[in-house]
Amino acid sequence: MSVSIQRLEEIKKDFLSKQKVFQKTIRVCCGTGCISSGALKVLEKLRTALKTEGLDEKVKVIETGCHGFCERGPIFVFGENDIFYQMVGKRNIDADVSALIETVKSDKIAQNLLYPDPNDKTKKFVATREIPFYSGQQKIVLHLNGYIDPESIEDYIARGGYVALHKALQMKPEEVIDWIDRSGLRGRGGGGFRTGRKWRSCREAHGSPKYIVANGDEGDPGAFMDRSIMEGNPHAILEGMIIGGYAIGSNDGYIYVRDEYPLAVKRLTKAIEDARRLGLLGDNIFGTGFRFDIRIFRGGGAFVCGESTALMQSLEGKIGEPKAKYIHTVERGLWDKPTNLNNVETWACVPLIINNGWEWFANIGTKNSTGTKVFSLVGKVNNTGLIEVPMGLTLREIIFNLGGGIQKGRKFKAVQTGGPSGGCIPAEYLDTPVDFDTLTELGSMMGSGGMIVMDERNCMVDVARYFLNFLVEESCGKCVPCREGVKRMYEIVDRICNGEGREGDIEHLEELGKAVKLGSLCGLGQSAPNPVLSTIRYFREEYEEHIKHKKCRAGVCKPLITIKINEKCNGCMVCARNCPVSCISGEKQKPHVIDQSKCIKCQICYDVCRFDAVTIE
Amino acid sequence: MVKFKIDNKVVEAKEGEYLLDVARRYGFSIPTLCHHEALGSDGRCRVCVVEVKTRWRKRIVTSCLFPVSKDIEEVYTASEDVKLVRRTVLELLLARCPESDVIRYMAAKYGITEPRYKKDTDKGKCILCNMCVRTCENIVGVSAIGIIGKGPEKKISPPFREASDACIGCGACVAVCPTGHIFMEDKDGIRLIWRKRFELAVCPKCGRYHAPVEQLEFISKKTNVPMEELLVCTNCR
Amino acid sequence: METDRAKLDNTIAKYGNDRSLLLSMFQDIQREYRYLPKEAIKYVCEKLNIPVVKGYEMATFYKSLSLVPRGKHTIHVCMGTACHLKGAPGVLEAFERDLKVKRGGTTEDMLFTLESVNCLGACALAPLVRVDEKDFGKVNQTSVKNIIDEYKRGE
Repeated sequence: MSVSIQRLEEIKKDFLSKQKVFQKTIRVCCGTGCISSGALKVLEKLRTALKTEGLDEKVKVIETGCHGFCERGPIFVFGENDIFYQMVGKRNIDADVSALIETVKSDKIAQNLLYPDPNDKTKKFVATREIPFYSGQQKIVLHLNGYIDPESIEDYIARGGYVALHKALQMKPEEVIDWIDRSGLRGRGGGGFRTGRKWRSCREAHGSPKYIVANGDEGDPGAFMDRSIMEGNPHAILEGMIIGGYAIGSNDGYIYVRDEYPLAVKRLTKAIEDARRLGLLGDNIFGTGFRFDIRIFRGGGAFVCGESTALMQSLEGKIGEPKAKYIHTVERGLWDKPTNLNNVETWACVPLIINNGWEWFANIGTKNSTGTKVFSLVGKVNNTGLIEVPMGLTLREIIFNLGGGIQKGRKFKAVQTGGPSGGCIPAEYLDTPVDFDTLTELGSMMGSGGMIVMDERNCMVDVARYFLNFLVEESCGKCVPCREGVKRMYEIVDRICNGEGREGDIEHLEELGKAVKLGSLCGLGQSAPNPVLSTIRYFREEYEEHIKHKKCRAGVCKPLITIKINEKCNGCMVCARNCPVSCISGEKQKPHVIDQSKCIKCQICYDVCRFDAVTIE
Repeated sequence: MVKFKIDNKVVEAKEGEYLLDVARRYGFSIPTLCHHEALGSDGRCRVCVVEVKTRWRKRIVTSCLFPVSKDIEEVYTASEDVKLVRRTVLELLLARCPESDVIRYMAAKYGITEPRYKKDTDKGKCILCNMCVRTCENIVGVSAIGIIGKGPEKKISPPFREASDACIGCGACVAVCPTGHIFMEDKDGIRLIWRKRFELAVCPKCGRYHAPVEQLEFISKKTNVPMEELLVCTNCR
Repeated sequence: METDRAKLDNTIAKYGNDRSLLLSMFQDIQREYRYLPKEAIKYVCEKLNIPVVKGYEMATFYKSLSLVPRGKHTIHVCMGTACHLKGAPGVLEAFERDLKVKRGGTTEDMLFTLESVNCLGACALAPLVRVDEKDFGKVNQTSVKNIIDEYKRGE
């Protein structure tokens, strides 16, 4: 029997009536970040304590997907009054669990678990909605992340899940495409191509079968938006894909998930099984005769497979070498058939547009970049984690309001967006509104949404070298400019970092960079020089300092720095004990000395010194 | 048929035809290193790039893979950007394969005599054009060699870098290699190639060693021509 | 090797003899043996009627596959951008010093394989280290020893 809208209503009612017995709910973040911070251990103790107290049938504990504020995990939120507890169990797990029980029993707030203002430790926030990290966001794609149990299809349905699918199936396929087009939705994976236009091309392309692909091979370093969606709200992706399948005229979908994301694979697998069980995947969906099914494919740990043609090669059981795109994949993609590939975040936007109308979506964000964008805000910013904001917010608002400014009160230097295809944007452009086009104009790009903040202790030449090294490791090696050219760019930048830079190196990098951009086969190679070219564009003087004066102002490039101990040293011996090469000597209570001939510049002494006595010159 | 200009000369071509073929038909010289009439295009070497102007934009494309369409207005085979890409590719290849005369000759045409980079010493003359692999797979039909690894360390090799059961010693890879990288030696009735030793067949008529027995057996099996016939060399047949 | 063949047959059957799922088959085999044995590659390719060299291409292209036996525990030091900026290179060096292997290497006692990975997507906890399935956040050079000891003690 096929699923019906009445059946969805029943599931919803049934689910909600079961909730009525609970007096309280605690939403526990079980994203990868919080699990790493020990959330599961706290959760287990909490469940035991609730049982002992006889509260286990009165309190509902929901294991949710990522809440976004990974820096502060483990996170426990009380459903009714929105009390936000952070770093639960980090210091004293038993005491913290007792505090949770106290809050359950008497609404007593545990002050030590509240989030303190990073710039004023005496100020504490009680409710989630008061915390600037959250209050500055507009969550639409992530609106259920942190609320629902990602492993429960009933929970998703109870919050209106799969209604958009039903609605779309009552529309004509062309009408669905028209809505997506008018919403202004652009691909969230990097390029920012108009989604509606892509769908239309694929629908109109000759050939069958047609395929739908969700790109979950999130490889940009410093980015984890897609992972959080796949882990936190997998059904939204499935629902988007089924709608896309209907609109385009496809019955087969694939989700390509990065090998490094085992939890995402687990939750998507469960979601697909549940959707099949209820008839939301399979034959005759909602009695319309429309058939659709989805398979998961695990990647093999190759960054290049995030590129659409390489991904399709990989799906076909080959090595992930990209192909020329002169004939688009919407016409000839997977197995040479018309294939519509979108990023998972793009797919997750689809049900929202169908539910709320294209006008609603088009009214969020800016004229040419509508809707919201999920960013991973990481690096040297106070509040690191996952955020969703309307397009057009400025970098300053994101980094200083939501992000709470730079760690340790240091000075902002640059923000890197777009992963290895993007670039570094300096302080003078902090007031730029963030959308697809402005970032490209600045020599960077939106990419999948990684936003990595750097401070004065980060060397921009080293950052360029970092990305080049990444690209040398991840280049598939098919075409000459990327395979050989990026390697040579790395060699030059590496030489500069080692104090062996030469006059003319910068110009050489610019020339080689241009040739690699023009000559490479795929998007990865064509954008590979961006990190170097953008750092040269905005931080040329740092390159010049390295080359001419053999100086690294950030104190990062090892051959250009010396580590010394100054007169503030009181001889506490901590550095000497921690030095891996035993090159620090001196008597107790007297200033110590570093033997420069043995020092490997690992900077452990700098990290462990509590008296500011170790300096990097 | 569509009409457009290549370097100011009006040309005619079928839609879908590759630019490289059209340009060559009209006598334009475009270098290639991974293209072969029998093997088609792969888009690896990037020396065949040209600049294409359409109604919307001007961009660099690989002529061996770019299909002619109505949108093309003009093609430039020697614009500054085209020359930059070709010169860069050839300089990079010269640094990779300093011993290759073919690369040295082509690079010199673009003004490169010595690369600015540290020369590789472990790549031989192999530019990874993949023509040997494609020949082995698509022409010979045995797939004895492949393109192994990823990135700058990619290499052409039989599986596990050891003598391959699949190899029939035909030497087609050697014939197709544009730089003469692949080692093959016939000596005293033995052929050495890809770490494998092949016994060479003796022609019963002229007494000359002519082809590996394994290769003849492969052909015999495939074509049903008896071994006795194949043992006679092509000159005496 | 008889039982092994039966296992390999099961793996092939699990993926419906579908050649396009060769990578998935290899990943399952790798999990079983902690590497991809040469014999397994040959056997699976022959069964699926794929040239062996195609299997070898795959095994050398994808980073999740290894042709050499790996240690009991795999340590992945994340080298994502956020981790890099917060000291991951130092953390990797500390592991190299303490384990006396370079990245990509396996300790002599076959207990640890040390790998770097280009982002595990837990950037808020940078620098991140993953040992098998467990993640350690905000690792620094001095805490590296504790992580190694935790697994050594478990022996």
